[in-house]
Amino acid sequence: MNKIFETPLYAYRRSPDQDASRPVRHPVVIVGAGPVGLAAAIDLAQDGVPVVVLDDNDKVSFGSRAVCYAKRPLEILDRLGCGAPMVDKGVSWKAGKVFFDERQIFGFDLLPEEGHKRPAFINLQQYYFEEYMVRRVHEMAAAGAPVEIRGRNRVVALGAHDDHVRIEIDTPEGPYELEADWLIACDGANSGLRRMLGLDFVGRIFEDNFLIADVIMEADFPTERWFWFDPPFNRGQSALLHRQPDNVWRIDLQLGWDIDKEEEKKPERVIPRIKAMLGEDVKFELEWVSIYTFQCRRMENFVHGRVLFAGDSAHQVSPFGARGANSGLQDTDNLCWKLKLVIDGHAPESLIASYNWERVFGADENILNSTRSTDFITPKSEISRVFRDAVLDLAAGHEFARPLVNSGRLSVPCVYDEGPLNGPDAPGLPHRSRPGAPASDAPLADGWLMDRLGNRFQVLAIDADAPDRLEEGGIEVEILHLSAEDNPALADRYLGKQHSAVYLMRPDQHVAARFLSWDEAALRAALARATGRA
Amino acid sequence: MSKLHTHPNIADPDGFYAELLAVHDGLTKAESDALNARLVLILSNHVGDREILSQALALAARTARAVA
Repeated sequence: MNKIFETPLYAYRRSPDQDASRPVRHPVVIVGAGPVGLAAAIDLAQDGVPVVVLDDNDKVSFGSRAVCYAKRPLEILDRLGCGAPMVDKGVSWKAGKVFFDERQIFGFDLLPEEGHKRPAFINLQQYYFEEYMVRRVHEMAAAGAPVEIRGRNRVVALGAHDDHVRIEIDTPEGPYELEADWLIACDGANSGLRRMLGLDFVGRIFEDNFLIADVIMEADFPTERWFWFDPPFNRGQSALLHRQPDNVWRIDLQLGWDIDKEEEKKPERVIPRIKAMLGEDVKFELEWVSIYTFQCRRMENFVHGRVLFAGDSAHQVSPFGARGANSGLQDTDNLCWKLKLVIDGHAPESLIASYNWERVFGADENILNSTRSTDFITPKSEISRVFRDAVLDLAAGHEFARPLVNSGRLSVPCVYDEGPLNGPDAPGLPHRSRPGAPASDAPLADGWLMDRLGNRFQVLAIDADAPDRLEEGGIEVEILHLSAEDNPALADRYLGKQHSAVYLMRPDQHVAARFLSWDEAALRAALARATGRA
Repeated sequence: MSKLHTHPNIADPDGFYAELLAVHDGLTKAESDALNARLVLILSNHVGDREILSQALALAARTARAVA
């Protein structure tokens, strides 16, 4: 078994807070040091907001868990200063194959567009992901950033007040209390904080079980996503094979509802299943085995006064489509800049309501896609199986049926259409870069556009006259002057039919508003709207 | 908005109907159901227009005869 699971990454250390005569107040406390909590901590701390992260454990999470990261989250990780080690270690992929019964029915290539720094997807074990983020937190802390992770600090009680939260924490040396102006609950699908507040978590339960086995093997399967419907080695069910770094392969086998979970997890049950799939002669070693069921559900509201829910604690989807961790990273990407503005007094507290609007919108999109995938993979009635099999039979020889095959709709970035912070749009500019959309990357003479964007409000003046600075109510807007001459990717993604454009970009790299030329009054109004001041 | 054709549009109705039944000759119920499903998918793709497809689905659903 991999040593990484056994080494404490943030061992328990006594904090002076535990010896304080009354509970110490912190601006932001984050509960949960998984991918989402760590992303929130890095995001806030690199912007100067002091954060304390509490986790009931002191190690990376056990087993590979979330393994598939999409381009947009990789761009967010770049903004957080930890994209490079993930992409360097991860396995980039863009192709896949779909099998039905005994044969391959088609292969696909996601054909990622040229001119982006980051690939369509990487696969990376969650323990590496967390390790790199923890390393980033430690580097930041060593450089003086106001961030710390407190291992083996379990929150056992919570009291919500109008302008703060009080929590009671258990540690190996006994309990203590803390106060927080804001608390971000990143404590996962079984969120204890959600339960302590007595909040709902409604949705649809899927009556199915899936076996995850991570195996280590030297194999010559290509770096592709392989998905089987009703294969001979797992009759009536589905199967998935995906490559991870270090010769680790993710195998996901659907088992059905009426099974004995403890029995199915035993190596003597698992190994024959894997041999049936890979062949009797393939040498492999089991790294991790787990059985999961899933639900598609979300909280009605992600914002409860000063308690903010993000990631799986707020919403849960099926794993098909890589929409769990990927959407959690988009949550904190959306939340942290708003929280910073509110804490600094540059935006009203009501700006936080837009986090709820935008990320509930994102969660609903993910739940819809995930539910549809699950209904295709696991037909719920006789007629739905008849249509599913008809689609698969046709797909082998007829291209038209392939778009109907749904083995998971892979995560794409969320566009906040009709969002409450969106300002004006202008005619003739590309649809993809409309208000609410995340920026599209483009190559520049000296690097990538995405590396120039984020962490503050910016104006992107493309072949447009613009002054060198803009300040509004304490918010400094950076002006980037760019030219799309000799840059067809930038022209295609930001100008379309027009010859110039001025984009107002949010700190999370989403478009707030856009114009054909510099219009100071309109930009100030759009900035006011994007910060909840109008 | 596109509108579903509901006037007669098939040149040789009796010939078409015979051909429709003939492809089911000798099939089991399960095989026939599968064939019908494929046919629906093939024709739907040919139509393509989402509005027309929605109108066709709604028309089919609301003309169901009560089955005792």
